[in-house]
Order: sequence, then structure tokens, then C-alpha cells
Amino acid sequence: MAPTVKCIVLTGNGTNCEMEMAHACRLAGAEVVEIVHLSELLCGEKRLEDYHFLNLPGGFLDGDDLGSAKAGANRILHAKIRGRAGATNAETRLYDQFSRFIEDGKLILGVCNGFQLLVKLGVLPAFDAAERAQTVTLTYNDSGRFEDRWVHLKVDPASPCVYTEGLTGLYLPVRHGEGKFIPGSAEVLARLHREHCIALQYSTADTATATLDYPANPNGSVDAVAGICSASGRIFGMMPHPEAYLHRTNHPRWTREDLPETGMGLALFRNAVSFIKRQRL
Amino acid sequence: MLNRIEIGFREGIRDALGEKIRRRIVEHLGLAVDRVRTVDVYTIEGDLTTAELEAAAAGPLSDPIIQTWSVNRALADRFDWLVEVGFRPGVTDNVGKTAGEAIRLLLGRADAVFVRVYTSRQYILNGPLGRAEAERIAADLLANDLIDRTHIFDGKTWDPARGVAPCAPKVAGEDRPRLEEIDLDVDDAALLEISSARVLALNLEEMRKLRDHLKDPDVLRERARVGLGARMTDAELECLAQTWSEHCKHKIFNARISYDDGTGRVRVIDSLFDTYVKGATRAVRARMGESDWCLSVFVDNAGVIRFDEHWNLVFKVETHNSPSALDPYGGALTGIVGVNRDPFGTGRGAKLIFNTDVFCFAPPDYAQPLPPRIMHPRRIYEGVREGVEHGGNKSGIPTVNGCLVFDDRYLGKPLVYCGTGAVMPARLDGQPTHVKEILPGDRIVMTGGRIGKDGIHGATFSSGELHESSPVTAFQIGDPITQKKMTDFLLVARDRNLYRCLTDNGAGGLSSSVGETAQLAGGCDLDLAKAPLKYAGLDPWEILISESQERMTVAVPPEKIGAFLALAAKMDVEATDLGCYTDSGRFHIRYGDKTVAFLDMDFLHDGVPQLKLSACWTPPVHAEPDFPEPADLGTALKAMLARLNICSKESVVRQYDHEVQGGSVVKPLVGAANDGPSDAAVIRPFLDSFAGVVVANGICPRYSDLDAYQMAAAAIDEAVRNAVAVGGTLDHLAGLDNFCWCDPVESEKTPDGAYKLAQLVRANEALYDVTTCYGVPCISGKDSMKNDYAIGNTKISIPPTLLFSVFGRIDDVRRAVTMDAKKPGDLVYILGMTYNELGGSEWYALNGFVGNTVPRVRPETAKARYDVLARAIRLGLVASCHDCADGGLGVALAETAFAGGMGMDVDLAKVPAEAVGRNDVLIFSETPSRFLVTVSPDRESAFIEQFRGQTAARIGTVTTDGRLRLWGLRGEALLSEEIGALKAAWQRPLNF
Repeated sequence: MAPTVKCIVLTGNGTNCEMEMAHACRLAGAEVVEIVHLSELLCGEKRLEDYHFLNLPGGFLDGDDLGSAKAGANRILHAKIRGRAGATNAETRLYDQFSRFIEDGKLILGVCNGFQLLVKLGVLPAFDAAERAQTVTLTYNDSGRFEDRWVHLKVDPASPCVYTEGLTGLYLPVRHGEGKFIPGSAEVLARLHREHCIALQYSTADTATATLDYPANPNGSVDAVAGICSASGRIFGMMPHPEAYLHRTNHPRWTREDLPETGMGLALFRNAVSFIKRQRL
Repeated sequence: MLNRIEIGFREGIRDALGEKIRRRIVEHLGLAVDRVRTVDVYTIEGDLTTAELEAAAAGPLSDPIIQTWSVNRALADRFDWLVEVGFRPGVTDNVGKTAGEAIRLLLGRADAVFVRVYTSRQYILNGPLGRAEAERIAADLLANDLIDRTHIFDGKTWDPARGVAPCAPKVAGEDRPRLEEIDLDVDDAALLEISSARVLALNLEEMRKLRDHLKDPDVLRERARVGLGARMTDAELECLAQTWSEHCKHKIFNARISYDDGTGRVRVIDSLFDTYVKGATRAVRARMGESDWCLSVFVDNAGVIRFDEHWNLVFKVETHNSPSALDPYGGALTGIVGVNRDPFGTGRGAKLIFNTDVFCFAPPDYAQPLPPRIMHPRRIYEGVREGVEHGGNKSGIPTVNGCLVFDDRYLGKPLVYCGTGAVMPARLDGQPTHVKEILPGDRIVMTGGRIGKDGIHGATFSSGELHESSPVTAFQIGDPITQKKMTDFLLVARDRNLYRCLTDNGAGGLSSSVGETAQLAGGCDLDLAKAPLKYAGLDPWEILISESQERMTVAVPPEKIGAFLALAAKMDVEATDLGCYTDSGRFHIRYGDKTVAFLDMDFLHDGVPQLKLSACWTPPVHAEPDFPEPADLGTALKAMLARLNICSKESVVRQYDHEVQGGSVVKPLVGAANDGPSDAAVIRPFLDSFAGVVVANGICPRYSDLDAYQMAAAAIDEAVRNAVAVGGTLDHLAGLDNFCWCDPVESEKTPDGAYKLAQLVRANEALYDVTTCYGVPCISGKDSMKNDYAIGNTKISIPPTLLFSVFGRIDDVRRAVTMDAKKPGDLVYILGMTYNELGGSEWYALNGFVGNTVPRVRPETAKARYDVLARAIRLGLVASCHDCADGGLGVALAETAFAGGMGMDVDLAKVPAEAVGRNDVLIFSETPSRFLVTVSPDRESAFIEQFRGQTAARIGTVTTDGRLRLWGLRGEALLSEEIGALKAAWQRPLNF
């Protein structure tokens, strides 16, 4: 019998896509899906180790006041777990739970603000799992404005990304003001390409060719990067919102095109859930 | 100890904000500037070591990949001018607050260390600019003198080693609360002087009522018991002024009006609100009988209707006009997060599911000299747009639709309508959630943000016109994240049944929220000394009426107070027990042991005397338009598509997240290229169901110049028509009326008050007539009655404006329809008769006329059409449906064609019309209640069958060749335009 898949969808402090992300996990077949407020982790009521799949939804952590997800990353790095005095062997920082979750080879998907969070925590791309430091960033769109628009995405078939396995292209909305991907150095970018960590790129409508042209590339991302994964493929961050396209009526042209009942975004969550079942995580 | 951390971009990294500012300097101010760079400045108060400051700069405050930082050293160098803009003392600094929290967390001594952070931003300008130009850039673009401090540095004398001296805009308040007592036993002139000097906005009769109240021996005896005498305390006076304000009591809508309808007949109307608005709802509900789905109307912060057996829908629309005129960003941001709290604070609390916003501005390309204290309309436009963007997006509420309306007269006051819808479970623990109940003994808990001087006199301020000495303390800047944390917490508390009910702190602050809810128990006893403050120096009356944002007042049963406060602490939300509700019949406010207000609840709420006003209707007569039918209607159509009230609003729409929460079905932009103008929004609030909610708006202020009756009728019709166009049905549609008027009380400064009041009467008559005919009950509403500007000899009054918003249930969203033409070969139909009705139209306005033939709603025939169309859409017989509104059939044809990426051949001679002899009249007439529909040929017979006996005509077909072709009334080839060219004309004007 396949194991029970337990998903945690983290919310609080400005996160706002938790409901649809949890819905995606349920539709993908996860048996347990919990929307957990950050405060429940911080007071020790809930622990990351009890789950297989961590979802970091979109939103505006702390209003993105210090730059997208900066204050949110600072909290995860430095906040201590309260109310666990007397517990043996307890981690004291939330970040320690994160680290263990990653070391256990479990899955993390960060979308939009969740992607920004992973990047600013240094969890993505984190070539060297032991040494996490921020090596890339996501910053203000070249347009200088927040935009909600649907984009085509090219999938790298050779990517180790667990979530995009078997997919050829995607069509999803972006909804962000700070989605421009910038690598810290040419070496970082080269290595991302070499290891096929760039699972998603903004592309032309046929999803065959990555593009730097606005608005197909909505933010001016270097090399049209829309999503990157860890070398293991288990940690993945993307700016477009897969949880916003779970049903055909989410598609901007559903009243004029013949579309499958299920939206394209669900495939990523199905891949995650079936990976967990296969790997017995 | 003050320190400065500066954060700038690394060399070679694009500064998108700097580039945007540069474009605006060049395009909006017409000044040459080569480069603009930005630097974020954090001024940090507190004893931090250099190592700690460096850790903060390198850690949470900067991005190591793209940014560089400095501590107590200037980053800026080699520039012509540097403008640093920071807040004035007491203005909400959201970024500073977040930075302070981040630093405390980083240092690992979260509560043990004092750190306060003040933010500012440097704009570093390179270009051939003199000091005067730099000052103009600062004043007209970068800073708002009411809320910002500005420092300008000349590059020629700049010493980078010295940089900018750190400065903290602290509120210099001392903790010495004072209570003042005011003697009201004075003559009339002195009473009026008190009202005006204290910004009470109370008239003489109201002031006399206060004076006389304090002469009642029973009242005096009661007051003596709590240590008060025959003089009124400042807290009491301020509280009464808030509660009795036009803003809170709607005195004009409740006035006794003697109305001369222009024929010499005079009628007395005892309350427009009761007679027409509530009266219409009563009539509609009576007709629904058993099937009445209205649950809570006009009694709570928002209206409530049934969605299904398990869920209710909640909706409220508010305006925030006066603050947005003076601080567009902060005013609009406060407007949106403020209206969020209305449905949220309805009944036992509701989860917010959509925003809808309508803005009325003067044209952004306004080129005439601006009167004093008026900002350029483009600045208002950008500021309001951005404020609502931040408020909506950061709160995670989709902005599902809205519109922009332009008229020169909105220069006097922009209108910023913000609406929010919500869902609440129908029952909690078996009890209905839409009913508020409070028992004596319940604790009064304030939760969310802290209290400062912000927003003091907001309610009384907005109850008057914009004048020279409009108070600057009336400014608030909303904080969506503090509010989001609070609403996250309260929804958990609601589902655990930890409180009885809640309400928001908006206009009037605690005085209103506690004053109103205390009616449910019968009184209150509240200690202001317990209220958490942002800074020292507030007097009790200021704490009582402050409109500091992001606060809710919650009634918590005493046995649950512990659990409620513990949950708040866990979720990092401030919550404070301020006292309890009582059944004493008294509004009793203390500061510690000292009573600062002791008012009879009945006097507070029902004491305000009814206004007596007169209204007189004289139909206006405008010059009869006289211009020939244009030879080239293609050019005319493109000119119409480029009208500000018609053109694409895509640049604004895209900056609002319209898809968060995952239930987007009909988006604001639709069609082959995702850029056609949707008529209304459809969302699914529950992702496991296909039942949906439709949301639409109607607004037609231009028709007020002819007859406010038809203005209101047209607005209501437009909202309903838009909802029906996407698949809504009159069977389950509720309305909200939002009146924004110019002062209709006749006085020296408003000599035409009787006419303006007659316009209001007529608009209300229309509201009654149309909503009762359509069966669309109003469930909530609002009025803002003083939208005038009067400084010196300049008076600008807005055109009387009714925004009508509707929302309702759609059983199956998969039946929804969009406005774009779908397939070549589809047949083009028009539903409804076209009349020669161009009065107040966009076509007349383009030609410099107002005209006299105002578009007229014919409710009976319209209702029959809406019912049939709703059925046809439900049956899947309609391929596309677009309403004919501003710009009439011509604009609807062009939009339907180019949104679908297809051509259309149309024979105008087949359009059912009465007394129309000119092609331009036929295509631009704005007769309401009409639709342009396309139908697949295989559905045509079923479609026609539905419309038997109604005005519906096939006028053309959808084609493949990408041209809109019209044949004229005499069979002539009238117009042939590339849809790409039409779309380009439509997209150009507001594409910035």
C-alpha cells in the first residue's frame, strides 16, 4: 500500500495563496493537507518533520517591505521555537527544522513569494547543500510595476525537477512586482544551466523557445528564468502560479477554447505526490 | 542614539524605480533629466553596536546579489541634486515597522532591546537642473508636503564624508493626558464658534441641542454621580460630533425635505433613505416572500444575503474621497483596507473574497492651471491606483473588476469607491452568523494596530468641503499586513467561537465602534488608559476618536477572554481588554479612575435633530447640438474609442491581482489576446463547487447634467445589465447604492442647494422605481454629500454621481459568457430598441455638446429582456454578449470584434430604432438596456425562440478577414476598419 502523503501549506504574516495551494495538494491525491500558520510552528504545536511536502505559497510576507520575502527569510533564519522548554533534543530555531526537512530529502515547492523566500534563504539553488547562502535573487520587474498576466513556459526535459517531470510546456499566470531573476555571478548561472536546474523559462507561445521579450518575459529575468530547482530536483521555486490554474475555467480564454477539464497547474502537484508515494519519503 | 543605514543598487544593476521616476520627470513635468537612482535609508534609533548595525544592513535590510550598503556613510556621489524624502512625525511608516521587527529578531533579543526605525528614500538626480527644478520635482512628484519631509542637496556642495545628518521624526509627546471642559452655556455665535474651531461640523440647532441637554436637572444629577458637572468634556463633545456627523448619521438622507417637482406641486419626503432606499428593499423583499434571500440589510457594516444553505455573501462599497484628494496614495490605501474591515466586521465576521474599485478623476492630461491645494489629476490617478494596488494585492484579495470615470469636475474632489465582498458560514455552533448579539458583561477588546493621532477628525472632516485649513492630522496610511495578521487571527477565533461579534474601527474610532455596539447590550464602561498607543502625548478625547487603522472592536464573553487573548498572543496580534459592555443605558468612558465621558445612550444615538431642507427641480436646458453627420465615421469611431471613458484600462487592471484565491472565472480582461473589456466578474468562492458570484458596477455621472433621475436609473441599469451579460440572473442579484453628491444644502456658499437636493430626490425616485421593477434589493449603501472644493473664488462641485454595484449568485459558472466574438460565421444580434438618446453622451461630449435627449431606462421592457437573456445564457445559446454603454452600439461592435480577433459585417439598417435618421446617432446613441450578442448558427433557432415577442434583430455576421464593416441606413458602405487599428486607438490613451 502506498504511504499516506502529508502536505503542509505554510501561511501567516502576509501569505495569501494558501487556500488554492492546499486545494491543489488535495486534488493531486495527498491524503493529509494542512494549512498551518507560522505561529503554530513557532510555538511548537506543529513540526515540519510530520510532513512530506512543504508548500510555500504566494503573498507578501511582511508586506515585502524590505524587498520581497526579505523580512520573511529573516524570521525563518532567526526566530526561535517558543514554548518547548524541557523538551529534549529540541531544535531551537525554525531554520533548524527547515534544514532537517531538506536533509531528509523531502519536497519543498515555493511559488512566487515562496520562491522569493527560498532564494533569499539561500535554499535555492544551494548547489552545496551544506552551505546555504544566497547566490541568486528575484527583484523588481524591469517594468517597475506589479503585473498580473498569463505567460508561456518552456520546460527543460533534462531537468532533475520532480515537479515538471514529463511536462513539455505550461501556461500560467504571473502576479508579481519582483520576479526578475538575477544570478549572483556568471559561474552560478553557468552551473544552473549545466545541472539543468532551470526547469522553467518564459517562452514564446509554442513553449519551444525561451524569450527575453516583454511581455512574454514579464519581468526581464536573465536567461528568461521562471523557476529553478535544487540539484536533487526536490526543492523547486517558480514565479508563475500553478495553483491558479486547476480548472479550465481559470484559463483566460476558457470561453473560446476547447480545454481539458483539469488545469495545467495540477500536474506539478500530482508529480510531487506521486514522487512521495514512489520514494516512500 | 541615531544611526543611518543606506541601501543602494550595485553598479550595473537596473534601478527600476529610479527609471520610472525619470520617465515621470520627463513626461509629466517636462524636465530634462539623464538619470535617477534611488537609495533606501533606514534611520535607526537605539543602542546598537557597529557590528550589529552592519549585520542588519548586510542581513534583512539588503539583498547581497544586487545591493550595497553603508552604515553612517553616504552612498550618493557625483550627482547634480539629491532629494531625500521621509515621513513627518506620526505618519505610519510600514517599512520602518517591519525593519524594526526584523532587527530585533536578528539580534535575538526580540523584546529586550529598544529599536525604532524610520525610513526615507533618496532620489539622486543627474541632469541639467537648477534648484528650482529640483524643488519642483520634489514638490510635484516625489513628496507630499502634508505627510513628507523633504531635504534637497546640491551636488556642487555635497560632501560625501558628511552625508546627511540622521534625523528621527519622533512624535514629541509627553504623557500628561489632559481633560478639558467646555462651557456650552453661551450665545449662538459662541456655539458656532466652538463648532468651527474644533472641527465639529455641527450646525446651530445641533449645538443648541447639546447646550440644552446639559440644562436638564436629571442629566446633571446623573453626571454629578460620576464627578462631572454642567460643562461638557472635550471627549463628550468630540464623541457627539463624530456620532452626529453627516458621515455617520447621514443627516441629509434622513432629512425632512419639501420637494417642488418643477410643476409647482410640493411634497414632503420624510427621509429619502427610509422612503426610497429602504422602501424599495422592503417592497422587493415582500414580493419575494418565502424565498427572500436577504439576511441583513442596512443594519450592519455591510449587507448580507444567502449564497446557499451553508454560506452567506457579504458586500460593502465605501468612498474615501477627501483623504485621497490630499494624499492620494495613503488615502486610497486607507480606503481599500478600510472597506475590507466592513464585511469583515459584519455579524460574526466574514472572509474577504473580492475587491471592486471605481475611481472618478479629472483627465490625466489636464493642462489648465490648478487651483490652490489641488494636485494634478495624473498624480491623483497614479497615487490612488498605487494605494489601492498595495492595499488589495497585499491583503490577498482579488480585485475582480472596476472602472475609471473621467470628468473635469472631479478636479474638485476625486471619487475613490472601494468595494469588498466576503463569505461567512451561515451558522456557527448552530447560531446564525449574520446577527450581532452582545450581552452585558461581555468584554470590550480592541485588536490589531495601536492608536496614534492619525485620522483624528476624519469623520467630521469628510463631512465638509475641502477648504484652506482642512486638518492635516486627518491623514492615515493603511498597513495591509498588520490588518492581514489581524484578520487571519480573528477568523481562527471566530471558528473557535471565542467571541460574540465584532465591528471595525473606522470613522470616529472607538467612539463609533464601541458607541454603536454598546446599543446591543445597553451601555458600556471603557477605560481609555488601557488602550495601547503608538506614542505618548494623546489626550483621552484623541484616543477615543482617533481613526488609526487596522483595528477591530470585539465583544468577548468573560469566560472566553483568556483563550481569546492567548490566541492573539500566539499569533502575534495585539489585543487589549478595554472594559465591558453594560446595560446601564450609559456610554461611560473613563481614563483610569476619572470619568471623561458619560452620555445617555439614547441621546448619543437618537438625539440628533432632523434636518429640514427644501428642494426644487428645474429641468436644465442645454444648447441643441448642431453639427453635421461626419463624412468619415471610421475616424469618428476611432476618436470615440480613444475617449478616456471608453478606452482600455488594461495598464491599471494588470497592476491589480485579479486571480488570487484561485477562483477566477470571468476576468476583467478577456478575448483572443486577453485584452478585451469584460462587462462583469465571475468568481468561484469555493474551489470544490461550480456555484459562483457575479460582481458588476454601473456609473453614469454625465447624465446628471440633464436629469439625475436618468443618471441613477442608467447606473442601476448598467450594473444589472453587466451582471446579466456574463450570466447573472435577476433572481439572485442584490445592489449597493453609493451616492457621491455635491453639497445639496442651500446656503450662502451653495446658492443652488435646492436644485442639487432636487437632483438627489430624483435619483432616489429612480432608485426606487428601477430596483423594485428589477427585483434587485439594495442591501447596503453609503453617501458622501460634500464633494466640493471651495478656496478663494473658485468653487468646483462634482457632478452628482451614483455608483450602483451588484453581486449575486450564479448556479453554474461553466455557463458564464464573455464579450469577445468567438467564431467566424457566428451571427450578430442586437437586443433592445435604439432611440435618439445622445444627451450627455460621449458622442456629444466629443463634439462639444451636452444636448437634451437624455438616455432613458424603460424598466419593464428591460426586465423582460434580462430574464430571457439570462435563460438563453443558461441554456448555452449565447456565444458572446457585450452591453452597449458609453459610445453605444458602435463601440460595442468594435470591442466585440477586436477582443475576439475577428471581423464583423453589420447592416445598420437592420438595427431596430425609433426616430433615428443619422448613422452617427444610431451607432453612438446611449439608450440603456441593450446588448450586442453573437450566436452560433446552430443555436440560432433556439435563441430566436427565446426572444419571441421582444426587440431582437440579426444585424450581421462574424467574419475571418479582421475588418469591421458597417453598411449605413441607406445601404451605403459606411465604414471599414482594420480591427487592429480600432484596438490600437482604444489602447493608446491610458497606456502609461
